[in-house]
Amino acid sequence: MPINTIDGYTFTVNDEGFFTNREEWSEPLAEILAGLVGIDDLTEAHWAALRFMRDDQAKTGMTPTLRRMQTQGKFDVKELFTLFPGKPAKKMSYLAGLPKPVGCV
Amino acid sequence: MSQVLILGAGTAGTMLANMLVKALPPDADITVVDKDDAHDYQPGYLFIPFGTSTPERVRKSRKAQLSPKVRLVMGTIQRVDPEARTVTLDNATLDYDWLIIATGTTPRPDMTDGLTDDRVWRKSAFDFYTLDGATALAKALKDFKGGKLLVHVTEMPIKCPVAPLEFVLLADDYFRHRRMRHLVDISYVTPLDGAFTKPVASKRLGGLLKDRSIRLVTDFAIERVDPEKRTINAYDGRALPFDLLVTVPTNMGAQFVTDSGLGDDLGFVPVDPKTLASTRYERVFAVGDASNIPTSKAGSVAHFAVHVFVENFAQAYAGKPMTHAFDGHANCFIESGRGKAMLLDFNYDTEPLTGVFPAPAVGPFSLLKESRLNHLGKLAFEQVYWQILLPGHPLPVPTLMTMAGKVPAEKTKEA
Ligand SMILES: Cc1cc2nc3c(=O)[nH]c(=O)nc-3n(C[C@H](O)[C@H](O)[C@H](O)COP(=O)(O)OP(=O)(O)OC[C@H]3O[C@@H](n4cnc5c(N)ncnc54)[C@H](O)[C@@H]3O)c2cc1C
Repeated sequence: MPINTIDGYTFTVNDEGFFTNREEWSEPLAEILAGLVGIDDLTEAHWAALRFMRDDQAKTGMTPTLRRMQTQGKFDVKELFTLFPGKPAKKMSYLAGLPKPVGCV
Repeated sequence: MSQVLILGAGTAGTMLANMLVKALPPDADITVVDKDDAHDYQPGYLFIPFGTSTPERVRKSRKAQLSPKVRLVMGTIQRVDPEARTVTLDNATLDYDWLIIATGTTPRPDMTDGLTDDRVWRKSAFDFYTLDGATALAKALKDFKGGKLLVHVTEMPIKCPVAPLEFVLLADDYFRHRRMRHLVDISYVTPLDGAFTKPVASKRLGGLLKDRSIRLVTDFAIERVDPEKRTINAYDGRALPFDLLVTVPTNMGAQFVTDSGLGDDLGFVPVDPKTLASTRYERVFAVGDASNIPTSKAGSVAHFAVHVFVENFAQAYAGKPMTHAFDGHANCFIESGRGKAMLLDFNYDTEPLTGVFPAPAVGPFSLLKESRLNHLGKLAFEQVYWQILLPGHPLPVPTLMTMAGKVPAEKTKEA
Protein backbone atom coordinates (compact mmCIF):
# COMPACT_ATOMS: atom_id res chain seq x y z
CA MET A 1 0.00 0.00 0.00
CA PRO A 2 1.38 3.43 -0.87
CA ILE A 3 2.32 5.76 1.98
CA ASN A 4 1.87 9.51 1.55
CA THR A 5 3.91 12.12 3.35
CA ILE A 6 2.78 15.73 3.32
CA ASP A 7 4.19 18.48 5.52
CA GLY A 8 5.51 15.93 7.96
CA TYR A 9 2.24 13.96 8.14
CA THR A 10 2.46 10.31 7.13
CA PHE A 11 -0.57 8.21 6.20
CA THR A 12 -1.32 5.01 4.32
CA VAL A 13 -3.65 5.10 1.33
CA ASN A 14 -5.13 2.60 -1.11
CA ASP A 15 -4.55 2.55 -4.88
CA GLU A 16 -7.09 5.31 -5.37
CA GLY A 17 -5.54 7.53 -2.70
CA PHE A 18 -8.11 7.02 0.07
CA PHE A 19 -7.04 6.59 3.71
CA THR A 20 -6.86 2.99 4.87
CA ASN A 21 -6.55 3.90 8.58
CA ARG A 22 -8.83 6.59 9.98
CA GLU A 23 -6.51 7.05 12.97
CA GLU A 24 -3.81 8.49 10.72
CA TRP A 25 -6.07 11.48 10.01
CA SER A 26 -6.16 14.76 11.92
CA GLU A 27 -7.90 18.11 11.53
CA PRO A 28 -4.76 20.07 10.55
CA LEU A 29 -4.00 17.37 7.94
CA ALA A 30 -7.52 17.75 6.52
CA GLU A 31 -6.88 21.49 6.10
CA ILE A 32 -3.81 20.70 4.00
CA LEU A 33 -5.56 18.01 1.93
CA ALA A 34 -8.44 20.42 1.20
CA GLY A 35 -6.04 22.54 -0.87
CA LEU A 36 -5.15 19.47 -2.94
CA VAL A 37 -8.78 18.91 -3.97
CA GLY A 38 -9.41 22.54 -4.82
CA ILE A 39 -11.00 23.76 -1.59
CA ASP A 40 -9.12 26.80 -0.25
CA ASP A 41 -10.63 27.00 3.16
CA LEU A 42 -12.59 24.55 5.31
CA THR A 43 -15.49 26.54 6.77
CA GLU A 44 -17.78 25.53 9.63
CA ALA A 45 -20.22 24.15 7.03
CA HIS A 46 -17.49 21.90 5.60
CA TRP A 47 -16.57 20.73 9.07
CA ALA A 48 -20.16 19.91 9.99
CA ALA A 49 -20.28 17.45 7.08
CA LEU A 50 -16.84 15.97 7.76
CA ARG A 51 -17.53 15.51 11.47
CA PHE A 52 -20.86 13.85 10.78
CA MET A 53 -19.10 11.44 8.42
CA ARG A 54 -16.45 10.49 10.93
CA ASP A 55 -18.94 10.01 13.77
CA ASP A 56 -21.24 7.97 11.59
CA GLN A 57 -18.43 5.80 10.22
CA ALA A 58 -17.21 5.14 13.76
CA LYS A 59 -20.70 3.84 14.61
CA THR A 60 -21.55 1.83 11.51
CA GLY A 61 -18.12 0.90 10.17
CA MET A 62 -19.15 2.24 6.76
CA THR A 63 -18.55 5.60 5.11
CA PRO A 64 -21.98 7.25 4.76
CA THR A 65 -23.35 7.70 1.25
CA LEU A 66 -24.84 10.98 0.02
CA ARG A 67 -28.28 9.51 0.68
CA ARG A 68 -27.37 8.85 4.28
CA MET A 69 -25.94 12.35 4.62
CA GLN A 70 -29.37 13.55 3.52
CA THR A 71 -31.64 11.20 5.48
CA GLN A 72 -29.63 10.78 8.69
CA GLY A 73 -27.48 13.91 8.78
CA LYS A 74 -30.18 16.25 7.39
CA PHE A 75 -27.68 17.81 4.99
CA ASP A 76 -28.90 19.42 1.78
CA VAL A 77 -27.31 17.45 -1.07
CA LYS A 78 -27.28 20.48 -3.34
CA GLU A 79 -25.34 22.44 -0.74
CA LEU A 80 -22.82 19.59 -0.39
CA PHE A 81 -22.23 19.90 -4.13
CA THR A 82 -21.48 23.60 -3.64
CA LEU A 83 -19.20 23.00 -0.67
CA PHE A 84 -17.30 20.12 -2.28
CA PRO A 85 -17.62 20.87 -6.01
CA GLY A 86 -17.57 18.13 -8.63
CA LYS A 87 -17.40 14.88 -6.70
CA PRO A 88 -18.64 15.55 -3.19
CA ALA A 89 -18.92 11.92 -2.04
CA LYS A 90 -15.30 11.27 -2.90
CA LYS A 91 -13.92 14.61 -1.74
CA MET A 92 -15.71 14.36 1.58
CA SER A 93 -14.54 10.81 2.29
CA TYR A 94 -11.01 11.81 1.38
CA LEU A 95 -11.02 14.87 3.62
CA ALA A 96 -12.62 12.93 6.46
CA GLY A 97 -9.86 10.31 6.25
CA LEU A 98 -12.29 7.53 5.37
CA PRO A 99 -12.55 4.93 2.60
CA LYS A 100 -14.65 5.90 -0.42
CA PRO A 101 -18.31 5.00 0.26
CA VAL A 102 -19.08 1.71 -1.39
CA GLY A 103 -22.81 1.18 -1.18
CA CYS A 104 -22.07 -0.55 -4.40
CA VAL A 105 -20.79 -3.96 -5.41
CA MET B 1 -43.01 -28.13 16.86
CA SER B 2 -41.51 -24.80 15.82
CA GLN B 3 -42.97 -22.29 13.42
CA VAL B 4 -40.45 -21.18 10.76
CA LEU B 5 -41.80 -18.21 8.83
CA ILE B 6 -40.20 -17.05 5.57
CA LEU B 7 -41.28 -13.67 4.22
CA GLY B 8 -41.14 -13.59 0.40
CA ALA B 9 -41.34 -16.54 -2.02
CA GLY B 10 -38.96 -15.18 -4.65
CA THR B 11 -35.60 -16.68 -5.57
CA ALA B 12 -34.16 -16.87 -2.06
CA GLY B 13 -37.37 -17.66 -0.14
CA THR B 14 -38.36 -20.49 -2.48
CA MET B 15 -34.91 -22.08 -2.53
CA LEU B 16 -34.66 -21.80 1.23
CA ALA B 17 -38.10 -23.26 1.99
CA ASN B 18 -37.40 -26.26 -0.23
CA MET B 19 -34.02 -26.90 1.36
CA LEU B 20 -35.30 -26.50 4.93
CA VAL B 21 -37.85 -29.25 4.31
CA LYS B 22 -34.89 -31.60 4.04
CA ALA B 23 -32.59 -29.98 6.62
CA LEU B 24 -34.98 -29.54 9.57
CA PRO B 25 -36.69 -32.24 11.66
CA PRO B 26 -39.92 -33.47 10.01
CA ASP B 27 -42.17 -31.77 12.58
CA ALA B 28 -40.92 -28.25 11.70
CA ASP B 29 -43.72 -26.11 10.29
CA ILE B 30 -42.40 -24.16 7.29
CA THR B 31 -44.59 -21.32 6.02
CA VAL B 32 -43.84 -18.81 3.25
CA VAL B 33 -45.72 -15.56 2.64
CA ASP B 34 -45.97 -13.69 -0.66
CA LYS B 35 -48.49 -11.35 -2.18
CA ASP B 36 -49.48 -13.39 -5.22
CA ASP B 37 -48.90 -16.65 -7.08
CA ALA B 38 -46.66 -15.21 -9.83
CA HIS B 39 -42.97 -16.13 -9.64
CA ASP B 40 -40.91 -14.31 -12.27
CA TYR B 41 -37.54 -15.32 -13.65
CA GLN B 42 -36.22 -11.77 -13.30
CA PRO B 43 -33.07 -12.19 -15.43
CA GLY B 44 -35.52 -12.74 -18.30
CA TYR B 45 -36.72 -9.12 -17.99
CA LEU B 46 -33.49 -8.08 -19.73
CA PHE B 47 -34.52 -9.83 -22.95
CA ILE B 48 -38.17 -8.75 -23.13
CA PRO B 49 -37.50 -5.21 -24.43
CA PHE B 50 -35.59 -6.69 -27.38
CA GLY B 51 -38.25 -9.25 -28.21
CA THR B 52 -36.02 -12.22 -27.32
CA SER B 53 -38.17 -13.25 -24.37
CA THR B 54 -41.84 -12.72 -23.53
CA PRO B 55 -43.88 -11.95 -20.40
CA GLU B 56 -45.52 -15.41 -20.64
CA ARG B 57 -42.16 -17.13 -20.73
CA VAL B 58 -40.68 -15.59 -17.56
CA ARG B 59 -43.69 -16.14 -15.27
CA LYS B 60 -44.74 -19.35 -13.46
CA SER B 61 -46.82 -20.26 -10.42
CA ARG B 62 -45.06 -19.73 -7.08
CA LYS B 63 -46.85 -22.65 -5.49
CA ALA B 64 -45.66 -25.01 -8.20
CA GLN B 65 -42.02 -24.19 -7.28
CA LEU B 66 -42.55 -25.09 -3.60
CA SER B 67 -42.35 -28.50 -1.96
CA PRO B 68 -45.82 -29.80 -0.99
CA LYS B 69 -44.57 -29.76 2.62
CA VAL B 70 -44.29 -25.97 2.56
CA ARG B 71 -47.38 -23.87 3.30
CA LEU B 72 -47.81 -20.75 1.07
CA VAL B 73 -49.86 -17.94 2.59
CA MET B 74 -50.97 -15.18 0.25
CA GLY B 75 -51.10 -11.66 1.64
CA THR B 76 -49.24 -8.35 1.74
CA ILE B 77 -46.85 -8.05 4.67
CA GLN B 78 -47.39 -4.84 6.62
CA ARG B 79 -45.43 -5.10 9.84
CA VAL B 80 -43.12 -7.31 11.88
CA ASP B 81 -43.09 -7.14 15.66
CA PRO B 82 -39.79 -8.78 16.67
CA GLU B 83 -40.57 -8.49 20.38
CA ALA B 84 -43.97 -10.20 20.19
CA ARG B 85 -42.73 -12.45 17.33
CA THR B 86 -45.70 -11.73 15.08
CA VAL B 87 -46.12 -10.64 11.46
CA THR B 88 -49.14 -8.64 10.35
CA LEU B 89 -50.48 -9.12 6.82
CA ASP B 90 -53.31 -7.18 5.19
CA ASN B 91 -55.54 -10.22 5.80
CA ALA B 92 -54.08 -12.11 8.80
CA THR B 93 -51.60 -12.12 11.68
CA LEU B 94 -49.02 -14.91 11.91
CA ASP B 95 -46.87 -16.03 14.86
CA TYR B 96 -43.33 -17.28 14.45
CA ASP B 97 -40.53 -18.89 16.40
CA TRP B 98 -37.98 -18.18 13.66
CA LEU B 99 -38.27 -15.42 11.06
CA ILE B 100 -36.40 -15.21 7.77
CA ILE B 101 -36.88 -12.04 5.71
CA ALA B 102 -36.52 -12.69 1.96
CA THR B 103 -38.55 -9.86 0.47
CA GLY B 104 -35.81 -8.71 -1.90
CA THR B 105 -35.64 -5.22 -3.32
CA THR B 106 -38.18 -3.11 -5.16
CA PRO B 107 -37.47 -0.46 -7.82
CA ARG B 108 -38.74 2.93 -6.58
CA PRO B 109 -39.11 5.41 -9.47
CA ASP B 110 -41.07 7.64 -7.05
CA MET B 111 -37.79 8.42 -5.25
CA THR B 112 -36.59 10.58 -8.16
CA ASP B 113 -38.35 13.92 -8.67
CA GLY B 114 -40.15 14.19 -12.00
CA LEU B 115 -39.52 10.62 -13.13
CA THR B 116 -43.08 9.40 -12.64
CA ASP B 117 -44.56 12.56 -14.18
CA ASP B 118 -47.30 11.65 -16.68
CA ARG B 119 -45.56 13.51 -19.46
CA VAL B 120 -42.59 11.11 -19.46
CA TRP B 121 -43.22 7.97 -17.36
CA ARG B 122 -43.76 4.94 -19.60
CA LYS B 123 -43.94 7.33 -22.57
CA SER B 124 -40.30 8.32 -23.00
CA ALA B 125 -38.95 7.16 -19.61
CA PHE B 126 -38.94 3.44 -18.77
CA ASP B 127 -37.50 0.90 -16.37
CA PHE B 128 -36.90 -2.76 -17.19
CA TYR B 129 -36.67 -4.03 -13.57
CA THR B 130 -40.40 -4.83 -13.50
CA LEU B 131 -42.39 -7.01 -15.86
CA ASP B 132 -44.70 -4.09 -16.74
CA GLY B 133 -41.75 -1.82 -17.42
CA ALA B 134 -39.90 -4.33 -19.59
CA THR B 135 -43.07 -5.06 -21.56
CA ALA B 136 -43.86 -1.38 -22.15
CA LEU B 137 -40.26 -0.76 -23.18
CA ALA B 138 -40.43 -3.48 -25.84
CA LYS B 139 -43.08 -1.45 -27.63
CA ALA B 140 -41.20 1.84 -27.19
CA LEU B 141 -38.02 0.35 -28.67
CA LYS B 142 -39.94 -1.06 -31.60
CA ASP B 143 -41.44 2.35 -32.35
CA PHE B 144 -38.21 4.29 -31.73
CA LYS B 145 -37.21 6.32 -34.78
CA GLY B 146 -33.81 7.39 -33.51
CA GLY B 147 -32.34 10.12 -31.30
CA LYS B 148 -30.73 10.19 -27.89
CA LEU B 149 -30.97 7.03 -25.80
CA LEU B 150 -29.81 7.30 -22.18
CA VAL B 151 -29.32 4.10 -20.19
CA HIS B 152 -29.13 5.31 -16.63
CA VAL B 153 -28.47 4.02 -13.11
CA THR B 154 -29.98 6.20 -10.37
CA GLU B 155 -28.00 5.15 -7.31
CA MET B 156 -26.20 2.15 -5.87
CA PRO B 157 -26.77 -0.51 -4.73
CA ILE B 158 -29.02 -2.07 -7.35
CA LYS B 159 -29.75 -5.75 -7.79
CA CYS B 160 -27.82 -7.37 -10.60
CA PRO B 161 -25.48 -4.37 -11.00
CA VAL B 162 -24.39 -5.58 -14.44
CA ALA B 163 -27.92 -5.65 -15.92
CA PRO B 164 -27.90 -2.00 -17.10
CA LEU B 165 -24.53 -2.58 -18.80
CA GLU B 166 -25.92 -5.66 -20.48
CA PHE B 167 -28.92 -3.62 -21.55
CA VAL B 168 -26.81 -0.94 -23.22
CA LEU B 169 -24.70 -3.54 -25.07
CA LEU B 170 -27.81 -5.39 -26.24
CA ALA B 171 -29.37 -2.08 -27.34
CA ASP B 172 -26.32 -1.45 -29.53
CA ASP B 173 -26.88 -4.91 -31.08
CA TYR B 174 -30.59 -4.36 -31.48
CA PHE B 175 -30.28 -1.12 -33.42
CA ARG B 176 -27.45 -2.53 -35.52
CA HIS B 177 -29.66 -5.44 -36.59
CA ARG B 178 -32.38 -2.99 -37.47
CA ARG B 179 -29.81 -1.07 -39.52
CA MET B 180 -30.48 2.14 -37.65
CA ARG B 181 -27.56 2.24 -35.22
CA HIS B 182 -26.27 5.41 -36.94
CA LEU B 183 -29.53 7.16 -35.98
CA VAL B 184 -29.19 6.41 -32.26
CA ASP B 185 -26.83 8.26 -29.94
CA ILE B 186 -26.35 5.91 -26.95
CA SER B 187 -24.95 7.00 -23.57
CA TYR B 188 -24.44 4.98 -20.39
CA VAL B 189 -24.97 7.27 -17.39
CA THR B 190 -23.78 6.09 -13.98
CA PRO B 191 -23.31 7.53 -10.48
CA LEU B 192 -20.04 5.56 -10.25
CA ASP B 193 -16.65 6.78 -11.44
CA GLY B 194 -16.41 4.03 -14.06
CA ALA B 195 -18.48 1.47 -15.94
CA PHE B 196 -18.65 -0.90 -12.94
CA THR B 197 -17.99 -1.00 -9.22
CA LYS B 198 -15.03 -3.33 -9.16
CA PRO B 199 -11.92 -1.60 -10.63
CA VAL B 200 -10.71 -4.53 -12.77
CA ALA B 201 -14.12 -5.22 -14.25
CA SER B 202 -14.67 -1.50 -14.70
CA LYS B 203 -11.65 -1.28 -17.00
CA ARG B 204 -12.70 -4.27 -19.12
CA LEU B 205 -16.28 -3.11 -19.43
CA GLY B 206 -15.34 0.52 -20.07
CA GLY B 207 -13.24 -0.68 -23.02
CA LEU B 208 -16.16 -2.64 -24.36
CA LEU B 209 -18.41 0.44 -24.34
CA LYS B 210 -15.82 2.43 -26.26
CA ASP B 211 -15.54 -0.30 -28.92
CA ARG B 212 -19.30 -0.09 -29.45
CA SER B 213 -19.36 3.72 -29.68
CA ILE B 214 -21.36 4.04 -26.48
CA ARG B 215 -20.63 7.21 -24.52
CA LEU B 216 -19.82 6.78 -20.83
CA VAL B 217 -21.03 9.53 -18.46
CA THR B 218 -19.68 9.02 -14.92
CA ASP B 219 -20.20 10.54 -11.45
CA PHE B 220 -23.74 11.53 -12.41
CA ALA B 221 -25.73 12.08 -9.19
CA ILE B 222 -29.26 12.68 -10.44
CA GLU B 223 -31.27 15.43 -8.77
CA ARG B 224 -34.40 15.23 -10.91
CA VAL B 225 -35.97 14.54 -14.27
CA ASP B 226 -37.24 17.61 -16.10
CA PRO B 227 -40.39 16.30 -17.79
CA GLU B 228 -40.90 19.53 -19.74
CA LYS B 229 -37.47 19.74 -21.34
CA ARG B 230 -36.96 15.94 -21.23
CA THR B 231 -33.59 16.06 -19.52
CA ILE B 232 -32.04 14.35 -16.51
CA ASN B 233 -30.37 16.87 -14.24
CA ALA B 234 -27.47 16.23 -11.88
CA TYR B 235 -26.70 18.03 -8.64
CA ASP B 236 -23.55 19.45 -10.21
CA GLY B 237 -25.58 21.28 -12.87
CA ARG B 238 -25.18 18.88 -15.79
CA ALA B 239 -28.38 18.27 -17.80
CA LEU B 240 -28.58 15.48 -20.38
CA PRO B 241 -31.37 15.53 -22.97
CA PHE B 242 -33.11 12.29 -23.96
CA ASP B 243 -35.58 11.02 -26.51
CA LEU B 244 -35.68 7.69 -24.71
CA LEU B 245 -34.62 7.20 -21.09
CA VAL B 246 -34.10 3.69 -19.74
CA THR B 247 -33.41 4.03 -16.04
CA VAL B 248 -32.78 1.70 -13.14
CA PRO B 249 -34.62 3.48 -10.32
CA THR B 250 -33.45 3.53 -6.70
CA ASN B 251 -33.66 -0.03 -5.31
CA MET B 252 -35.06 -0.23 -1.80
CA GLY B 253 -36.02 -2.96 0.62
CA ALA B 254 -39.72 -3.65 1.24
CA GLN B 255 -41.65 -0.84 2.91
CA PHE B 256 -42.67 -2.99 5.90
CA VAL B 257 -38.98 -3.46 6.78
CA THR B 258 -38.62 0.30 7.23
CA ASP B 259 -42.02 0.63 8.92
CA SER B 260 -41.04 -2.07 11.44
CA GLY B 261 -37.73 -0.36 12.26
CA LEU B 262 -35.79 -3.33 10.89
CA GLY B 263 -33.97 -1.60 8.01
CA ASP B 264 -31.13 0.78 7.17
CA ASP B 265 -31.59 4.02 5.12
CA LEU B 266 -32.62 2.02 2.08
CA GLY B 267 -34.74 -0.52 3.92
CA PHE B 268 -32.18 -3.35 3.87
CA VAL B 269 -31.88 -5.50 6.99
CA PRO B 270 -28.51 -5.19 8.77
CA VAL B 271 -27.12 -8.71 9.32
CA ASP B 272 -23.88 -10.43 10.21
CA PRO B 273 -22.35 -11.01 6.73
CA LYS B 274 -21.20 -14.51 7.65
CA THR B 275 -24.34 -15.91 9.31
CA LEU B 276 -27.06 -13.56 7.96
CA ALA B 277 -28.46 -13.22 11.48
CA SER B 278 -30.02 -9.84 12.31
CA THR B 279 -27.60 -7.66 14.23
CA ARG B 280 -30.49 -6.43 16.37
CA TYR B 281 -33.04 -9.13 17.05
CA GLU B 282 -32.78 -12.76 18.05
CA ARG B 283 -34.30 -15.37 15.77
CA VAL B 284 -34.51 -12.93 12.86
CA PHE B 285 -32.47 -13.49 9.68
CA ALA B 286 -32.40 -11.96 6.19
CA VAL B 287 -31.40 -13.78 3.01
CA GLY B 288 -31.17 -12.69 -0.63
CA ASP B 289 -31.43 -9.07 -1.76
CA ALA B 290 -33.25 -8.02 1.43
CA SER B 291 -30.09 -7.99 3.59
CA ASN B 292 -27.33 -5.39 3.68
CA ILE B 293 -24.38 -7.76 3.05
CA PRO B 294 -21.61 -6.07 1.05
CA THR B 295 -21.74 -8.18 -2.09
CA SER B 296 -23.86 -8.06 -5.26
CA LYS B 297 -27.59 -8.41 -4.99
CA ALA B 298 -28.07 -11.32 -7.37
CA GLY B 299 -29.75 -14.68 -7.72
CA SER B 300 -26.38 -16.40 -7.83
CA VAL B 301 -25.40 -14.81 -4.51
CA ALA B 302 -28.72 -15.85 -2.98
CA HIS B 303 -27.99 -19.38 -4.15
CA PHE B 304 -24.48 -19.50 -2.66
CA ALA B 305 -25.65 -17.80 0.55
CA VAL B 306 -28.68 -20.04 1.08
CA HIS B 307 -26.55 -23.20 0.88
CA VAL B 308 -24.33 -21.95 3.71
CA PHE B 309 -27.28 -20.48 5.60
CA VAL B 310 -29.27 -23.74 5.70
CA GLU B 311 -26.46 -25.55 7.52
CA ASN B 312 -26.15 -22.73 10.05
CA PHE B 313 -29.87 -22.42 10.53
CA ALA B 314 -30.26 -26.14 11.18
CA GLN B 315 -27.67 -25.76 13.95
CA ALA B 316 -29.39 -22.70 15.47
CA TYR B 317 -32.73 -24.49 15.26
CA ALA B 318 -31.25 -27.39 17.21
CA GLY B 319 -29.92 -24.98 19.84
CA LYS B 320 -26.29 -25.29 18.73
CA PRO B 321 -23.82 -22.55 17.73
CA MET B 322 -23.59 -21.70 14.01
CA THR B 323 -20.26 -22.87 12.61
CA HIS B 324 -20.42 -22.02 8.88
CA ALA B 325 -19.51 -18.69 7.28
CA PHE B 326 -20.62 -17.19 3.96
CA ASP B 327 -17.83 -15.43 2.02
CA GLY B 328 -19.92 -13.17 -0.22
CA HIS B 329 -19.36 -15.32 -3.30
CA ALA B 330 -20.96 -13.82 -6.41
CA ASN B 331 -20.77 -14.78 -10.00
CA CYS B 332 -22.76 -13.64 -12.95
CA PHE B 333 -22.78 -13.90 -16.68
CA ILE B 334 -22.66 -10.55 -18.43
CA GLU B 335 -24.48 -10.65 -21.73
CA SER B 336 -22.35 -8.43 -23.96
CA GLY B 337 -24.24 -8.65 -27.23
CA ARG B 338 -23.16 -10.17 -30.57
CA GLY B 339 -23.95 -13.61 -29.17
CA LYS B 340 -21.28 -13.41 -26.49
CA ALA B 341 -21.05 -13.04 -22.75
CA MET B 342 -18.49 -12.63 -19.96
CA LEU B 343 -18.42 -14.20 -16.51
CA LEU B 344 -17.63 -12.30 -13.31
CA ASP B 345 -16.63 -14.11 -10.13
CA PHE B 346 -15.76 -12.43 -6.85
CA ASN B 347 -16.40 -12.33 -3.08
CA TYR B 348 -16.11 -10.03 -0.04
CA ASP B 349 -12.32 -9.99 -0.21
CA THR B 350 -11.35 -10.91 -3.76
CA GLU B 351 -11.65 -8.68 -6.83
CA PRO B 352 -13.23 -10.24 -9.94
CA LEU B 353 -10.92 -12.90 -11.28
CA THR B 354 -9.71 -13.72 -14.74
CA GLY B 355 -8.84 -17.20 -15.99
CA VAL B 356 -11.45 -19.91 -16.32
CA PHE B 357 -14.21 -20.95 -13.96
CA PRO B 358 -13.78 -24.60 -13.10
CA ALA B 359 -17.28 -25.95 -13.41
CA PRO B 360 -17.17 -29.69 -14.01
CA ALA B 361 -19.81 -30.77 -16.53
CA VAL B 362 -20.71 -27.26 -17.59
CA GLY B 363 -17.48 -25.28 -18.05
CA PRO B 364 -14.95 -24.00 -18.47
CA PHE B 365 -16.34 -20.49 -18.72
CA SER B 366 -13.93 -17.65 -19.44
CA LEU B 367 -13.83 -15.18 -16.59
CA LEU B 368 -14.04 -11.53 -17.57
CA LYS B 369 -13.61 -12.27 -21.27
CA GLU B 370 -16.24 -12.42 -23.95
CA SER B 371 -17.01 -15.85 -25.32
CA ARG B 372 -19.77 -17.70 -27.10
CA LEU B 373 -19.80 -20.40 -24.41
CA ASN B 374 -20.51 -17.79 -21.74
CA HIS B 375 -23.48 -16.60 -23.77
CA LEU B 376 -24.83 -20.15 -23.89
CA GLY B 377 -24.21 -20.37 -20.14
CA LYS B 378 -26.38 -17.32 -19.61
CA LEU B 379 -29.17 -18.87 -21.67
CA ALA B 380 -28.86 -22.21 -19.86
CA PHE B 381 -29.22 -20.35 -16.57
CA GLU B 382 -32.96 -20.05 -17.20
CA GLN B 383 -33.38 -23.85 -17.12
CA VAL B 384 -30.93 -24.15 -14.24
CA TYR B 385 -33.00 -21.58 -12.32
CA TRP B 386 -36.31 -23.41 -12.53
CA GLN B 387 -35.01 -26.98 -12.40
CA ILE B 388 -31.98 -26.87 -10.10
CA LEU B 389 -31.82 -23.61 -8.13
CA LEU B 390 -35.41 -23.22 -6.92
CA PRO B 391 -35.92 -26.86 -5.91
CA GLY B 392 -32.68 -26.50 -3.90
CA HIS B 393 -30.67 -29.16 -5.76
CA PRO B 394 -26.89 -28.83 -5.57
CA LEU B 395 -25.17 -27.15 -8.55
CA PRO B 396 -21.93 -28.55 -9.97
CA VAL B 397 -20.24 -25.37 -8.73
CA PRO B 398 -18.76 -24.96 -5.26
CA THR B 399 -20.65 -22.65 -2.89
CA LEU B 400 -17.64 -20.99 -1.35
CA MET B 401 -15.26 -19.49 -3.81
CA THR B 402 -12.37 -21.68 -4.92
CA MET B 403 -9.28 -20.29 -6.56
CA ALA B 404 -8.62 -23.30 -8.83
CA GLY B 405 -8.22 -22.22 -12.45
CA LYS B 406 -8.52 -18.55 -11.62
CA VAL B 407 -5.87 -15.89 -11.71
CA PRO B 408 -6.05 -12.82 -9.48
CA ALA B 409 -6.21 -9.93 -11.94
CA GLU B 410 -3.07 -8.14 -10.66
CA LYS B 411 -1.07 -11.19 -11.64
CA THR B 412 -2.20 -11.36 -15.27
CA LYS B 413 -0.80 -9.07 -17.92
CA GLU B 414 -3.49 -9.57 -20.52
CA ALA B 415 -5.66 -12.54 -19.66
C1 LIG C 1 -33.45 -7.24 -15.04
C2 LIG C 1 -32.83 -8.15 -14.03
C3 LIG C 1 -31.83 -9.04 -14.43
C4 LIG C 1 -31.23 -9.89 -13.51
N1 LIG C 1 -30.25 -10.75 -13.94
C5 LIG C 1 -29.65 -11.57 -13.07
C6 LIG C 1 -28.63 -12.50 -13.50
O1 LIG C 1 -28.29 -12.57 -14.69
N2 LIG C 1 -28.06 -13.30 -12.58
C7 LIG C 1 -28.42 -13.25 -11.26
O2 LIG C 1 -27.85 -13.98 -10.46
N3 LIG C 1 -29.37 -12.39 -10.81
C8 LIG C 1 -30.00 -11.55 -11.69
N4 LIG C 1 -30.98 -10.69 -11.25
C9 LIG C 1 -31.23 -10.55 -9.80
C10 LIG C 1 -32.11 -11.62 -9.22
O3 LIG C 1 -33.31 -11.74 -9.92
C11 LIG C 1 -32.39 -11.25 -7.77
O4 LIG C 1 -31.18 -10.93 -7.12
C12 LIG C 1 -33.07 -12.38 -7.01
O5 LIG C 1 -34.32 -12.60 -7.56
C13 LIG C 1 -33.14 -12.03 -5.52
O6 LIG C 1 -33.92 -12.96 -4.84
P1 LIG C 1 -34.73 -12.56 -3.55
O7 LIG C 1 -35.46 -13.78 -3.15
O8 LIG C 1 -33.85 -11.89 -2.59
O9 LIG C 1 -35.77 -11.44 -4.04
P2 LIG C 1 -36.99 -11.65 -5.06
O10 LIG C 1 -36.77 -12.82 -5.93
O11 LIG C 1 -37.22 -10.33 -5.70
O12 LIG C 1 -38.22 -12.03 -4.10
C14 LIG C 1 -38.79 -11.15 -3.17
C15 LIG C 1 -40.23 -11.58 -2.96
O13 LIG C 1 -40.80 -10.87 -1.86
C16 LIG C 1 -42.14 -10.54 -2.16
N5 LIG C 1 -42.53 -9.37 -1.36
C17 LIG C 1 -41.87 -8.18 -1.24
N6 LIG C 1 -42.54 -7.35 -0.42
C18 LIG C 1 -43.65 -8.03 0.02
C19 LIG C 1 -44.73 -7.70 0.90
N7 LIG C 1 -44.80 -6.52 1.53
N8 LIG C 1 -45.69 -8.64 1.11
C20 LIG C 1 -45.62 -9.85 0.48
N9 LIG C 1 -44.62 -10.21 -0.34
C21 LIG C 1 -43.64 -9.31 -0.58
C22 LIG C 1 -42.12 -10.24 -3.64
O14 LIG C 1 -43.42 -10.42 -4.21
C23 LIG C 1 -41.12 -11.27 -4.17
O15 LIG C 1 -41.72 -12.45 -4.60
C24 LIG C 1 -31.63 -9.85 -12.15
C25 LIG C 1 -32.65 -8.99 -11.75
C26 LIG C 1 -33.25 -8.14 -12.67
C27 LIG C 1 -34.35 -7.22 -12.23
